[in-house]
Amino acid sequence: MSVSVETVKSVEAATGGEYKYGFYTDIESELAPKGLNEDIVRFISAKKGEPEWLLDWRLKAFRLWLSSAAEEPAWANVRYSPIDFQDAYYYAAPKQAEAPKSLEEVDPALLETYEKLGIPLKEQEILAGVAIDAVFDSVSVATTFKGKLAELGIIFCPISEAVKTHPELVKKYLGSVVPVADNFYATLNSAVFSDGSFVYVPKGVRCPMELSTYFRINTAETGQFERTLIVADVGSHVSYLEGCTAPMRSEHQLHAAVVELVALDDAEIKYSTVQNWYPGDKEGRGGIYNFVTKRGACRGRNSKISWTQVETGSAITWKYPSVILQGDHSTGEFYSVAITNNYQQADTGTKMIHIGRNTSSTIISKGISAGHGQQTYRGLVRILGKADNARNYTQCDSLLIGEKCGGHTVPYIEVKNQTAKVEHEATTSKISDDQLFYCRQRGLSDEDAVALIVNGFCREVFQKLPMEFAVEAQKLLGISLEGAIG
Amino acid sequence: MLEIRDLHTVVDGKPILRGVDLEIVAGEVHAVMGPNGSGKSTLAYVLSGREGYHADSGEVLYDGQMLLELTPEERARAGLFLAFQYPVEIPGVPNATFLRTAVNAVRLARGEEELSAMAFLKEARAKLKQLQMDESFLNRQVNVGFSGGEKKRNEILQMAMLEPRLAVLDETDSGLDIDALKIVADGINRLRSAGRAMLVITHYQRLLDYIVPDKVHVLAEGRIVRSGGKELAVELEKKGYAEFSSAA
Ligand SMILES: Nc1ncnc2c1ncn2[C@@H]1O[C@H](COP(=O)(O)OP(=O)(O)O)[C@@H](O)[C@H]1O
Ligand SMILES: [Mg+2]
Repeated sequence: MSVSVETVKSVEAATGGEYKYGFYTDIESELAPKGLNEDIVRFISAKKGEPEWLLDWRLKAFRLWLSSAAEEPAWANVRYSPIDFQDAYYYAAPKQAEAPKSLEEVDPALLETYEKLGIPLKEQEILAGVAIDAVFDSVSVATTFKGKLAELGIIFCPISEAVKTHPELVKKYLGSVVPVADNFYATLNSAVFSDGSFVYVPKGVRCPMELSTYFRINTAETGQFERTLIVADVGSHVSYLEGCTAPMRSEHQLHAAVVELVALDDAEIKYSTVQNWYPGDKEGRGGIYNFVTKRGACRGRNSKISWTQVETGSAITWKYPSVILQGDHSTGEFYSVAITNNYQQADTGTKMIHIGRNTSSTIISKGISAGHGQQTYRGLVRILGKADNARNYTQCDSLLIGEKCGGHTVPYIEVKNQTAKVEHEATTSKISDDQLFYCRQRGLSDEDAVALIVNGFCREVFQKLPMEFAVEAQKLLGISLEGAIG
Repeated sequence: MLEIRDLHTVVDGKPILRGVDLEIVAGEVHAVMGPNGSGKSTLAYVLSGREGYHADSGEVLYDGQMLLELTPEERARAGLFLAFQYPVEIPGVPNATFLRTAVNAVRLARGEEELSAMAFLKEARAKLKQLQMDESFLNRQVNVGFSGGEKKRNEILQMAMLEPRLAVLDETDSGLDIDALKIVADGINRLRSAGRAMLVITHYQRLLDYIVPDKVHVLAEGRIVRSGGKELAVELEKKGYAEFSSAA
């Protein structure tokens, strides 16, 4: 009974269809026993057939997480009732006799799920030039274009597979950007991480297609703890996209990911996210807790890491994609659009740590709050003593729709070198009645008018997204803002 | 086409329109003149449905429909166009996107097909040329950093693209030098047709040298105090509005 029938619960109809991805795939899953203890950590590691060193690494993290050294962060401007970490599953995987070796062997119910999410996994139907790794709950179920990429020496596979096929690379870089002890959720992730993507681009190779991972939480009461590691070797170039959705459920689900990026000399990594986890309903019931640690290290001279994020989903977002600018002449960028509608909360921003000489960073953050949404931009620009001629430009714009939402800006600037130039600009605005009326007088509905005006507000960031995703992001933005006014 | 009957409007607790009567038939161009603060823009806003500008009594029939019961976008889709006295900036939105979204919203409401990107571009280019506007207008953000004259031309470009049945032009001549005025007036005249009516609001007679109206009305102290042919505009230019302000 490996193949089960997929039933799509028509939650959409019941809720007015704002969240298009709220369906649930009824597929037989294998779950770890509920709760969290050392046996669970061992269970996950055994399921993935991991080597001893990795189990030890996980156990070390778990013990640290249990100790008082790891403390749940309380400084973020978000409110939620305490999370019962014992009341969740830490491993869920679609049951399959054996790991599928090719797309033909993947459970059709899973293929259909991705189809419905707009992510066809059959290679001939895929968006031209995008290779996809599909992660379903705790495991990767399919990776496309692997062969084609391998010809160039590019490794793109589930991290659980890379542990076996390229242990030296994983061992060298795992935890090298986000150490196990970094923060409460990163420590938890290190103990129980499930799947995620591993990318290695060899010296001098420009990856010819976008690499993309699509994360899907399906099973109830399950946390997703993905782990992604991207290494761009000397002179290489890669663009990576991440998308995510989850079924609509009235209880909250935890998503605590860690993403590490490493760029060596003259290498460039462009990382784009369209985050559309289930945001909860209009009254704030349910939704994903998105507590994520993303960090990139510009280790090499003249390297570049660029984060672009469009955050429309999740009940709570806690996320600061950062860049450590070690190499001289390295560049860090952060372009962000975050939307909080209804009762969504987001505390998001970035950290730019300038260590090397002539390093530069750019931060463009666009925060939109509507309904009862609460949003905080929290950003750190730190210029260390040896970072001669470091440059930072930060622009932080908040747009408020309605009277009950909030937008806050918390910039931290620490400069230890006299030659640094740091610029910070911040604005807060509202959609004016003049703008709305002007659009409506030209025939636009008030919702289309809001979407148009907000799209304009986000333009600088959307322009940084790959083409197909920019279009997707614009549509998503319209959907996220439904009911924001009126 | 348009029938305004005994229209009263209070704005911010102040009576502004105090019984306006006006009738325009299809194909005609009417001018409404009056001193600053006499309620010309208020009339335009009541007709187009701006929030805060409601009729407290009276009615407006547009093609036999009760105009005041429609939302602003319903009025726009029914062919009512307002060229704003102060066009609004929308940062980050390219003019082309704004125009195309508007054109397609109106087309869809009329049961017509949406214009493809190509067809839109072709039409927009033709209209730009007529208005002696550079093609770069399409890529610039809506009214952002436009000079006063460019903003007014942009309004006429929108009108030309939307092909309204009834156009209300609120002080479209203000801020234009004489050359620009001629170009804009040309653009407006080109849109005169048997099926279309226009209500041209202006403070000065100057515009009416180029857009010759069928009728001229004087709005003062909330009422149409006098109506006449185009010669009335010339008379007003000589005498000013003083006689109407004291007469009320
Ligand atoms: N939003 C508003 N709030 C307060 N007063 C207004 C508002 N709009 C118009 N008015 C007042 O109404 C009167 C008419 O204004 P308006 O219609 O703009 O005149 P006109 O266009 O003829 O110059 C003026 O006294 C003006 O101050
Ligand atoms: Mg006026």
